[in-house]
Amino acid sequence: MIKPEPSPQDLQYLVAQAGLDADQLRRAYRQLCLIRSFENLIANRYYIGKTPEFNMAAGPIRGEMHLAVGQEAVAVGVCSLLGDGDAVVSTHRPHHHALAKGVEPKKLAAEIFGKASGLCHGKGGHMHLFDTSRHFACSGIVGASFPQAAGAAFAFRKLGQRNVAVAFAGEGAANHGTFAETLNVAGLFQLPLVVVIEDNLYADSTPKWAALSTVHHFQRAQSFNIPSYVVDGMDFIDVYRVAKLVIERARNGMGPALIEAVCYRYRGHFEGDAEEYRTREEVERWQALDPIPRLRERLKTLGWADEAILNRLQDEAQQEAEAAIQFAESSPLPEPQEALMGVFQ
Amino acid sequence: MRKLKGLAFAIAEAIDQEMAHNERLVVLGEDVTYWGAVFGFTMGLFPKYGRERVVDTPITEQTFMGMAVGAASVGLHPVVSLMFVDFCGAGFDQMFNHMAKNYYMSGGQLPMPVTVITAIGGGYGDAAQHSQVLYGLFAHLPGFKIVVPATAYDAKGLTMRALADPNPVIIFGHKLLTGLPFLPFEGEEEEVPEERYTVEFGRAAVRRQGQDLTIVAAGLMVPRSLKAAERLAQEGISAEVIDLRTLVPLDEATLVASARKTGRVLIVDEDYMSYGLSGEVAFRIQAGALRSLKAPIQRLAVPDVPIPFSEPLESAVIPSVQRIYEAARSLVGAQALA
Repeated sequence: MIKPEPSPQDLQYLVAQAGLDADQLRRAYRQLCLIRSFENLIANRYYIGKTPEFNMAAGPIRGEMHLAVGQEAVAVGVCSLLGDGDAVVSTHRPHHHALAKGVEPKKLAAEIFGKASGLCHGKGGHMHLFDTSRHFACSGIVGASFPQAAGAAFAFRKLGQRNVAVAFAGEGAANHGTFAETLNVAGLFQLPLVVVIEDNLYADSTPKWAALSTVHHFQRAQSFNIPSYVVDGMDFIDVYRVAKLVIERARNGMGPALIEAVCYRYRGHFEGDAEEYRTREEVERWQALDPIPRLRERLKTLGWADEAILNRLQDEAQQEAEAAIQFAESSPLPEPQEALMGVFQ
Repeated sequence: MRKLKGLAFAIAEAIDQEMAHNERLVVLGEDVTYWGAVFGFTMGLFPKYGRERVVDTPITEQTFMGMAVGAASVGLHPVVSLMFVDFCGAGFDQMFNHMAKNYYMSGGQLPMPVTVITAIGGGYGDAAQHSQVLYGLFAHLPGFKIVVPATAYDAKGLTMRALADPNPVIIFGHKLLTGLPFLPFEGEEEEVPEERYTVEFGRAAVRRQGQDLTIVAAGLMVPRSLKAAERLAQEGISAEVIDLRTLVPLDEATLVASARKTGRVLIVDEDYMSYGLSGEVAFRIQAGALRSLKAPIQRLAVPDVPIPFSEPLESAVIPSVQRIYEAARSLVGAQALA
C-alpha cells in the first residue's frame, strides 16, 4: 500500500472528488470480479492435459499463458473512462485490459482457445488479441505498445477526433528504448496519449532491482516534460481518479501523461513458472492488498452495497465468465486451409 | 558414456566448460540467471559464476546487442541470449549493421567475438511472434556464422567451436529439441562426451544413407525427415538424410555429392519458403549437380504465412513427418527429366 486507507469520512470525500457514484463503483466491482473469474477459469482450463506432467503443447489451450490476477484494478481504473473510439494497446498479458475495454468475453475466450469463433478466428491466440470494434490491440513483443498507441493518438488528432490512446506496459518494458522514444515524441507533439506502467516488480524472472537504475518511472517521463503520477495499482479508486484527470486533459488537447501504477501479479510470469525469484511470504503480503476485497469493503463502508448485492455482482461476473469459457469450449476449431489465407487484403 | 536428452544442457555445459578457463567469456541477456535464458541454454551458470559473469539485462535488445559489440571490440567475448529469435527485431540494428559488419568495415581492426544463442521454432502453440525460425534472415547478412544443431552431441561441439571463433556466431536451438520438461521433445537421448570437444563448422552430417532421394534439413526438420525416411524405407524407398548443421558456412560438397548419387533432392525447412534456405540450397545443388538431377528439386517449408496460433492452422503450415513423407514419395515417383 502506498497510501493510508482513508477513514469512512475521507472515503466519501475521495470518491466524490473522483466523481464516482454508487452505480459506477458497483459496476467497477463487477468488472474486477469478471476479470478475476475469467483469469481463474482460463488457468483452470489451461492445466487440462498439462498435469501431472506440464507440457506447454498439450491440452485445450496451448502455448504460453500470462494471467493478470492481482492487476485488475489498473485495467478497470483506466479503461472504465474510455469509450469504444478510444484506443488501447496492451501487452503479452492482455486479458484484463481487453475485458476492461469492453471486448466481448466470449470472443476473447474463444480466441484464447484457438477457435474459429474467436476475435481473430484462431490465428492470433492469447498474446495477439485484436478487436477493432473496441479499438483494442496487443503484442507479445515487450515494448511494442508505446509507439503504436502514440501512432493512434497522432492519428486521432490528425483526424480531428476527440479520442485518446492508452499504452499499457509493464515496468520491464519501461526499460525498452521504445518507452523513452515514445515519451519524447508524445511530449514533442503533445499527443493525446496516456502511458500506463503496470509496475508489478518483476520482468519475467528479473526483479526490478536488477533491471532498473531508478525505482520510479514518473521521473523519466517528467524529463520529457510529461505530467506523471504514481498511483496505488491495487486500488481501483486511486487509479480511477488520476486516470480521469489525465484522460480528460488528453481528450481536451492538453497533451500526454504517464501513470505509474504500483501493483503485483499473484500468479507467475507465465503458467508453469516455478517462481524461484520471489518468496511465498512476499506474495502473501501483497494478498492483503487484493483490489477486489478492498473495493468490496469500501462499498460497504460507503453504504453503497451490502453483502447480498456484492454477492450477486460477484455471481453475475462468475456466470458471465463461465458462459464465455463454455462458448469457447463448444466452438469449432478453424479449418486447416484457413492458415493459408489472409496474409494480404 | 554419459547420455543426454536435448540441446539445452549440452549448450549450457559447453559454455560452462569454456567459461571455466576463459575469463573473457561473459553471459548477457534476459532471464539468464534463475531461468537459464528460459530455454535452458545458460542453466547452471548463475550459481557457479554469479552475477559478475552471468548478467540479467533489462529488456533492451538493442542495447545489450550493442553492448556486446562494444565489449567484443575491447577484449571480451560476450555470449548473448536472444530469448526467442522473434525478438531480434528489437535489437536487429546493432546485430546486422554493427555486429555483422564492424570487423569488415574497420578493415579488420575491430574484433567481434560474439556468440548469440537463440531459441527457434513452433509446434507448441506459441503463435506468430514466438514460433519463428528466421535463420534465413541472419544467414542472408554477410558476417554471421549460422549454427543450427539437431543433436545434443553437435550442440555441445558446435557451441565449443563458436566460443573459440573470433567472429559473430549465432546458434539456433530448436525449442522442441531442447529436452526441457515443459515442452514436447522430438530428439533422442544420445551419448555426449563429458570432456571438451569441437564440431567443425561447414561439415554437414549424412544422418542416413540412401539411394533414391536426398532429403536436406536442419534443426527440428532433421529428426522429422529421419522419421519420414523410416516410413519410406518400409515402402522400399531409400532416402538419404543430410543434416546441414551450419548454414554459414554451407557444406556444398556433401550436398552436391549426395545429389549426384540420388538424382532427387527434397529440401525441408521450417523457415518461410521464399527467399530463404530452401532456395539457396537448391541453387547451390543445381550449380554442382545439374546433369545428375532426375527431377526438379523440391522443397517443403512454411508457405509464406505467419505462424498461426490454433492447432489445426499451425499444423497446416509447419512441415510434419507426414508431409515430408508425402513430398518425398511424390518426388521419387516424378518423371525423370528428359
